[in-house]
Amino acid sequence: MIPRYQTILFSVLVLASVVMGVALWNTLDRAHQRLLSSDESAPTQAPEVAPAEQATIMAASDADGSLLAQAQSLPLPSDPGARARAVLGKLLDLYAAADAAHPVAGGANSIEQVFLLPAQNLEGRNGEAKMNGTGQSSPSNDAAATGDEMAVVNLTGAFVAGHPSGIETETLTVMSICGTLHANLPRVTQVRFLVDGQPRATLAGHVDLTRTYLTAEAAPKP
Amino acid sequence: MVALTALLAAVLGGPSGTIEINAVSQVAPPHPGSPAGSANPPSRFVVVLDAAHGGDDAGGRLNSQAEKDFTLALSVKLRSRLAARGIQVVTTRESDAAVDLNRRAEMANHANAQACLSLHGTESGSGVHLFVSNMAPIQQARFAAWKTAQAAWVTRSLALAGTLNSALLQAGMSVTLGRTALPAVDSMTCPAVAVEIAPERDAGKKLVAELDNPGYQARVAEALAAALLEWHTDVWRVTEVHQP
Repeated sequence: MIPRYQTILFSVLVLASVVMGVALWNTLDRAHQRLLSSDESAPTQAPEVAPAEQATIMAASDADGSLLAQAQSLPLPSDPGARARAVLGKLLDLYAAADAAHPVAGGANSIEQVFLLPAQNLEGRNGEAKMNGTGQSSPSNDAAATGDEMAVVNLTGAFVAGHPSGIETETLTVMSICGTLHANLPRVTQVRFLVDGQPRATLAGHVDLTRTYLTAEAAPKP
Repeated sequence: MVALTALLAAVLGGPSGTIEINAVSQVAPPHPGSPAGSANPPSRFVVVLDAAHGGDDAGGRLNSQAEKDFTLALSVKLRSRLAARGIQVVTTRESDAAVDLNRRAEMANHANAQACLSLHGTESGSGVHLFVSNMAPIQQARFAAWKTAQAAWVTRSLALAGTLNSALLQAGMSVTLGRTALPAVDSMTCPAVAVEIAPERDAGKKLVAELDNPGYQARVAEALAAALLEWHTDVWRVTEVHQP
């Protein structure tokens, strides 16, 4: 004769086994569905490779503190933001080369993003920004009308941390970025900088990174 | 999209997205070093020496020393040479102390100086690099925006850089002239030049003198002192021409 408590215990264990079996089956089914859905989102087409075009890179030289225009052939996407990132990536690749005239470590990966926005209305220079009654820069009118754009360059923290310190070397980096953007995207007339998505006071202890730079400053003088 | 919006907000709404109007009250009596070239003679000739960096901010790493130590040593050498020539000197720091960039500009502006030099050192390039603010010159106003106060003085700053350039070339040094944006200099209301000293190299870019070379430091300090004495003379000459 089987005791009553053993019958009850056996029944409970059988029931628990059935419940766990169902739960396991459901878990497996959900995992399978997840795998199938990720298959659907996987790329089915190879990324389109942009055709190589001639780009003008304004490369800096520490020897004489100058910017020199160099013609380079590289794939340039049609999207202006991606195009800007591509030319700046090429510029920083030149600086990361072993025999660079303006050596800065980091290379193309130092540019996280480049955003293009309507330019702000500045009268001549930053110092003469048109003010409204509250002391704020007045919104862009003339700049927007001419189609001028501001490029916001988001640099990586690693690039900034590894940048050599010095007024000349920092100025050349900033000016060559501005000049390269303007040479390839003529509508870009203003440039601002972020580092890891945040404003930063200086590049490497000297040059102001909080202000709006005018690309005309970096244009080759006639 | 949220991250992108935050990024753009950081750019457009950041501290520099607006123009600070914590005005620098430029109500001190004008003097020949002033942007308008006023006829009122200066009561005294004052030079501000700003030894860059200090304290926790070591600046760049030079050959055998930190930039903050090099700039302080150069400031001390230059101060003693200027004092020997009877020129009053105000320094932004006399020891390894951290001085805020705004505080440096405040000290220079309160000194009502006829020349302000921001001293720096670097391992890149060669010779002496002279930098003036790259803001476009504007007319002096009663109140100036703090971050762009130098704009009214840029013309005089360029003239001062020219005098420094001549003296340094005369001393046989290579000089590079440039324009840039330096937070402390851009807030100064005086003829202001950033002087960055690099190692001395010959025409073949071969190293001639490192930054820690006492002889090189002394030659640079001597040339800068001679230039400031020349600037002093120019200031008084302008005063005499304008006086009835």
